[in-house]
Amino acid sequence: MLAFIIRRLAQALVVIVAMVVLVFFGTHVIGDPVWMMVPGDATQEQIEQVRREFGFDQPAYIQFFRFLGDVMQGEFGRSYVHGESAITLILERMPATMELAFAALVLAVVIGIPLGLFAGLKPDHPLSRGIMAASILGFSLPTFWVGLMLIMLFSVMLGWLPATGQGTTVEIFGIRTSLFTLDGWKHLFLPAVNLALLKVSLVIRLTRSGAREASLQDYVKFARAKGLSPARIVGVHILKNILIPIVTVLGLEFGSLVAFSVVTETIFAWPGMGKLLLEAIQRLDRPLIVAYVMVVVLLFVTINLIVDILYSALDPRVRLTGSQA
Amino acid sequence: MATSGSTRPVLAVENLSTHFFTRDGVVKAVDGISFEVMPGEVLGLVGESGSGKSITGFSIMGLIDPPGRIVSGSIRLNGEELVGLDDRAMRRFRGRSLAMVFQDPMMTLNPVLRIDTQMMEAVQAHEAVSDKAARARSAEVLAMVGIPSPEERLSAYPHQFSGGMRQRVAIAIALIHRPALIIADEPTTALDVTIQSQILAEMQRLCAESGTALVWITHDLAVVAGLADRVAVMYAGRIAEQGKVDDVLDRPIHPYTHGLIGSVPGARMHGARLAQIPGSTPSLGRLPPGCAFAPRCPRADAACAEHAPSIAAAPDGRAYRCHRPMLIEEVAR
Repeated sequence: MLAFIIRRLAQALVVIVAMVVLVFFGTHVIGDPVWMMVPGDATQEQIEQVRREFGFDQPAYIQFFRFLGDVMQGEFGRSYVHGESAITLILERMPATMELAFAALVLAVVIGIPLGLFAGLKPDHPLSRGIMAASILGFSLPTFWVGLMLIMLFSVMLGWLPATGQGTTVEIFGIRTSLFTLDGWKHLFLPAVNLALLKVSLVIRLTRSGAREASLQDYVKFARAKGLSPARIVGVHILKNILIPIVTVLGLEFGSLVAFSVVTETIFAWPGMGKLLLEAIQRLDRPLIVAYVMVVVLLFVTINLIVDILYSALDPRVRLTGSQA
Repeated sequence: MATSGSTRPVLAVENLSTHFFTRDGVVKAVDGISFEVMPGEVLGLVGESGSGKSITGFSIMGLIDPPGRIVSGSIRLNGEELVGLDDRAMRRFRGRSLAMVFQDPMMTLNPVLRIDTQMMEAVQAHEAVSDKAARARSAEVLAMVGIPSPEERLSAYPHQFSGGMRQRVAIAIALIHRPALIIADEPTTALDVTIQSQILAEMQRLCAESGTALVWITHDLAVVAGLADRVAVMYAGRIAEQGKVDDVLDRPIHPYTHGLIGSVPGARMHGARLAQIPGSTPSLGRLPPGCAFAPRCPRADAACAEHAPSIAAAPDGRAYRCHRPMLIEEVAR
């Protein structure tokens, strides 16, 4: 188990280094950040000065090694735009994004699994067909459009829920969260639903196909032959088997919820790191982009590790060993 | 060996038909079969794949799912009618007075649940007992089927057992409530030959000790010869012939039984060409109007192809469905 975790962390390091190299040189190619930093009427001399100040006059590889040297000393670079440490900026915004992603994940599980089970166990029921049709919509409708429609319906027309922002927040252990105020919940609801929509559809489909497959297995028939109640068969025998793929996929999807909540955060003006990233890309704020990528990669690796550990708890046939990559 | 007449049968199946209503038409998987099983008796239900023998077993258990349905007939367990019971009422029988052992032990135990979970839930499905008592009963039946150190093995997962051991666990689960009848659906087919004979002997002993009747579904005539008291030979959803195992195997009445026995390689026939029944089992969706076996039968005549034979009784107590029975003159003597 320990060997497994160490091995995983080593792999993570390799992935992070590779990502940093790619992103660093990628952003270098896109354009010259100097133009974003100097006023429009700056003279050639001023431009050259800013260039030297930030080291942009050096060849790319030298800039990279300087950057790497800074990273080794725990200095991840300052945002060109905000002038603050890029990592700090991101970590400040991270709780809001995590909160949103977590709420979306809970919605996906709480709505998706029961509906998926129903559709899987009663495939010919008209309601099942309705669920499946709705899940196609969930897959196909673009997030930004659904977000706008949600605002239109619930905020503009009905006026039930606020359209933007995080609402009243409380500090818990130094983290600002909207999970402990009613106003916060109201603000969280629409963006969470918006972000969850795709995942709900995914969970419905996964659960349905898992339940359909499992319900045909001999062990289910044997469980029925033992005289067990349908509730026990579905709740224990079937559910425990289909949780394995669901946990795996949801783990991976949680990473993507965090990393790609950009659209939802922008529409609902949610103060998360997705919104920060979008601004950073627009302004070629290289340290911020690189730091963001590092954080997201680390997040993905951590989630994968947790999923693997959960997996072994759910499926006794899986044992984590050092040789397992 | 059970005696007929005086005692009441544990299981009485009468004119049972189970059909599957598929898109391609009605598949008559089981079509008007009748048989009885006496207390403590072992009935061998023999047939090729698709002859309806497993569907018969599932029909008795009430485990036929749509598009399948029991369309007519009666199944009485100790006099109680099972056909027409809803799932809730049927659950009182399943696992308690009526148990089943499946073919593939690798598939019948849930891979993600521990053995104790799967056994204790079977105990508690029919008896309101504490976890402790349920566990004790589980360990007890595990010991009965010959699993060493049952207390420890209870905490294991199915994948930590071999195929033979898993089948023993499945048999133990079937025995938990001391059922009146166990339906064993080819429980040794998926096992090694050495394990097969162990399991056979074990089940025979356990059923004899507890007086449990056994319906042993198989395609293996050798198993039937060694295990069963009586045998019913199924073909295309019907019972071609049934009677005492020695009568049926030594002097088959139905040409199909004869062909089936002839297909078993014997020690004396070394080097000789193995007899086989020409053709293959008919599609149950498109059965010929007459006897289903007629197209493959060496004795078939025009009458066989026209109308299906009804059940006839032989002087020795056997029942058969055939227009051109074999050896009937000899049996009559």
